[in-house]
Amino acid sequence: MELPQTREIVEKLAKEIRPALSAEVFIVGIHTGGAWLAEELHDMLGLSTPLGTLDISFYRDDFERIGLHPEVKPSDIPFDVDGADILLVDDVLYTGRTVRAAINELFDYGRPASIRLAVLVDRGGRELPIEAGFAGIRLDLREQIDLLKNEKGELELRLRPK
Amino acid sequence: MKIHIKNGRIIDPANRMDEKADLYIAAGKIVAIGRMPADFHSNQEIDAAGMIVCPGLVDLSARLREPGYEYRATLESEMEAAIAGGITSLACPPDTDPPLDEPGLVEMLKHRAKSLNQAHVFPIGALTQGLQGENLTEMAELQDAGCVAFSHAENPFADSLVMMRAMQYAATFDLSVWLRAQDASLSRIGVAHEGEVATRLGLPGIPTCAETIALSKILLLARETGARIHVCRVSSAEGVEMIRQAKAQGLPVTCDVSMNHIHLSEMDIGFFDSNCHLVPPLRSLRDRDALKLGLKEGIIDAVCSDHTPVDDDAKLLPFAESEAGATGLELLLPLVLKWANESGIPVAVALSRITSLPARILNVDCGHLSQGASADICIFDPECYWKIDARSLRSQGKNTPFIGLELKGKVKYTLVGGHVVYRAGT
Amino acid sequence: MQNNRQINKNGELQHLLTIEGLPASMLHHILDTAESFVSVTEREVKKVPLLRGKAIFNLFFEPSTRTRTTFEIAAKRLSADVINLNIGASSQSKGETLLDTVNNLSAMHADMFIVRHAQSGAAHLIASHVAPEIHVVNAGDGRHAHPTQALLDMYTIRHFKQHFHELKVAIVGDIMHSRVARSQIHALTTLGVPEVRVIAPKTLLPKGVEHLGVHPYHDLSKGLKDVDVLLMLRLQNERMQGALLPSAQEYFKYYGLTPEKLALAKPDAIVMHPGPMNRGIEIDSSVADGPQSVILPQVTFGIAVRMAVMSILAGS
Repeated sequence: MELPQTREIVEKLAKEIRPALSAEVFIVGIHTGGAWLAEELHDMLGLSTPLGTLDISFYRDDFERIGLHPEVKPSDIPFDVDGADILLVDDVLYTGRTVRAAINELFDYGRPASIRLAVLVDRGGRELPIEAGFAGIRLDLREQIDLLKNEKGELELRLRPK
Repeated sequence: MKIHIKNGRIIDPANRMDEKADLYIAAGKIVAIGRMPADFHSNQEIDAAGMIVCPGLVDLSARLREPGYEYRATLESEMEAAIAGGITSLACPPDTDPPLDEPGLVEMLKHRAKSLNQAHVFPIGALTQGLQGENLTEMAELQDAGCVAFSHAENPFADSLVMMRAMQYAATFDLSVWLRAQDASLSRIGVAHEGEVATRLGLPGIPTCAETIALSKILLLARETGARIHVCRVSSAEGVEMIRQAKAQGLPVTCDVSMNHIHLSEMDIGFFDSNCHLVPPLRSLRDRDALKLGLKEGIIDAVCSDHTPVDDDAKLLPFAESEAGATGLELLLPLVLKWANESGIPVAVALSRITSLPARILNVDCGHLSQGASADICIFDPECYWKIDARSLRSQGKNTPFIGLELKGKVKYTLVGGHVVYRAGT
Repeated sequence: MQNNRQINKNGELQHLLTIEGLPASMLHHILDTAESFVSVTEREVKKVPLLRGKAIFNLFFEPSTRTRTTFEIAAKRLSADVINLNIGASSQSKGETLLDTVNNLSAMHADMFIVRHAQSGAAHLIASHVAPEIHVVNAGDGRHAHPTQALLDMYTIRHFKQHFHELKVAIVGDIMHSRVARSQIHALTTLGVPEVRVIAPKTLLPKGVEHLGVHPYHDLSKGLKDVDVLLMLRLQNERMQGALLPSAQEYFKYYGLTPEKLALAKPDAIVMHPGPMNRGIEIDSSVADGPQSVILPQVTFGIAVRMAVMSILAGS
């Protein structure tokens, strides 16, 4: 199948988020794709609040089976989570397990006032009752889909047969 | 009982014999080699085709753990191990519990060994009471009871005066004194050769000078007292060199090495393998090579098994807390053959290191196949490989650095006094 | 020959027994992971659910409150259950062997043993006899190794100096009896430090130490010249007088780190110590508390490094 240009999907997502946004919202991206996307959205939406990143390696529920991710990055939440309105950003929403882990991790930083979820691609296949408030595109996919950064530093969605 | 051993290759280093021939035994003695004596009608024939027929092996150091350590091993189990290894004469050091320092103990051991009707056991008496290094034992009486030599086992003399007196007294009766060269203080805290490996593993070391200082003391006191000296288990290149010089100067000194030390070095300790916790410690590769060469050149006269059965509980401990020693009776022959093979030494020469030469050090009539000699014989298949594992060993000690290895050379028959006392696969 | 058992057949860390033989990539992986844990320990909630439900036994056959506590904190911050056992006094004196103790605890479904023992090789022995699903961390065995201490030292060096490949590092003190020094030496040489010096009187240097890839010095002033990192070692009380050293005073005079001696090193040199310090014996208070001392950050990083080691092991 043919995907629209990644750039277009990102712009569509930003457009969808904009009206629902206050100036006080904090964007937090999930490593690695979500963090790239969060950075773009932060620019496009012209926010001045500090941008956060999360590495959910320590909160995964499949640690028992696959162990620690070989490249763990430190999480960086440069604002007070207590009482904050947070927009959590990830590249692809699938089973919902990553988002579950990210929410758990956020709560270890404090008690946010609200968390909303924005993803570039909602590909279905949920295993937990988690839904994205904003999605660039909603698909029903059999293949794997990954967000990559190409040589020019642009974001690019790529399909990968399972 | 008349036995005819036929088709074997007979190697008898004492008589410089190495040829294919038949051997005839009657009334416990070797009656002929080659031509069958007139009126010889054998009761038993042994086909030794493809095998080597040699004198029963002579081991200069085997701990049988009696008296005192019967939970480690019994005389029965260890004597079985000896004959399974082709050993028909063995000397046992005095570090039993109590030590062999009284004639009664020695007679008892001799008697127990004799009643088993297997290998000949030659006890080595203690030089001092309780091996305490203070009071001399009744050496002359002990000799009458059956001691062939006197030693201090692994207990170094702390007091040089007592050491000198012990040697003087032994010399009075022309008794042979067997000593291990290890300085008491320099070896007190160590458990491994003081070198690269001990430094890496953080194990307290025993320096080479613990051997050389003690050895120079032994050699100087031998000169001073006129005692006949045998140096047990030399472990270093420097030690071999000192013996070379002493021999060149005509000092009546002999020396042996443990079969472990001609194959292994400190490197084999790897990450704390307590099977390589031995006394003396395994030293450097350079030392090992010097021992091999010294043995080839005859500076070192004999190889012994240094058989020391240790139970698992005493080995399954951190290296320094584990007990030193390795089982050896059944490995002596294959390990000497391995050394010969690696060093390009004829089998006959190799066998002399475990037959005729140790017999001469023991000063006992054994280790040869002369006509009229007691028929103590080892028949082995030099090409047979076998795996060293707990099941294949008869000794109660299963601890050896060679565990799991395949070695070449398997004893098929052992005869003592004209009787087949061991037959492989039975 | 017994092999090093810490790497499993998939190339993962099964146990952490010694730094020796670990590839530089593995050391960096541990340090990188530790970096993520440092940020965790700065949060409101200082723990992560990674090892929830795991039972970690602190097996201390030799007393050490400090090291035991850091492992305990690390395990708790990973949400593991920690059971502390000081065995020195109890079972060992009743004739139970080391392996008896370990087998008993394995039967209680332990997931990990943190082992401290007075004998070199104790952790290897335990690792070679535990069930395959149990992981062993050596928290110090005799004079042999103390890998997590060396790793936290490497973390500290990397934190303050960024790179290893242009450093001169000096280890000062009782090298002979020090498991810390042995592990530091392996870690520094593996990570590519071009010059590692060991400085001690001859009685405190093991024979052949240069085979480990270090340069021995007997004169502190010469040894400290131009170094970037000073790793001080603790001098045990029982070694301060006797046949190894005549007195603590003489040791301090010739091998103690004073501001004057420290001035010989590079101006931005850092000073480290595994603790507990003997002030006025191996290190002067004004140095220990001075601007070049990074002894307290070492302690903080120590917890993150131990969290990293435990989580990498538990996930292998």
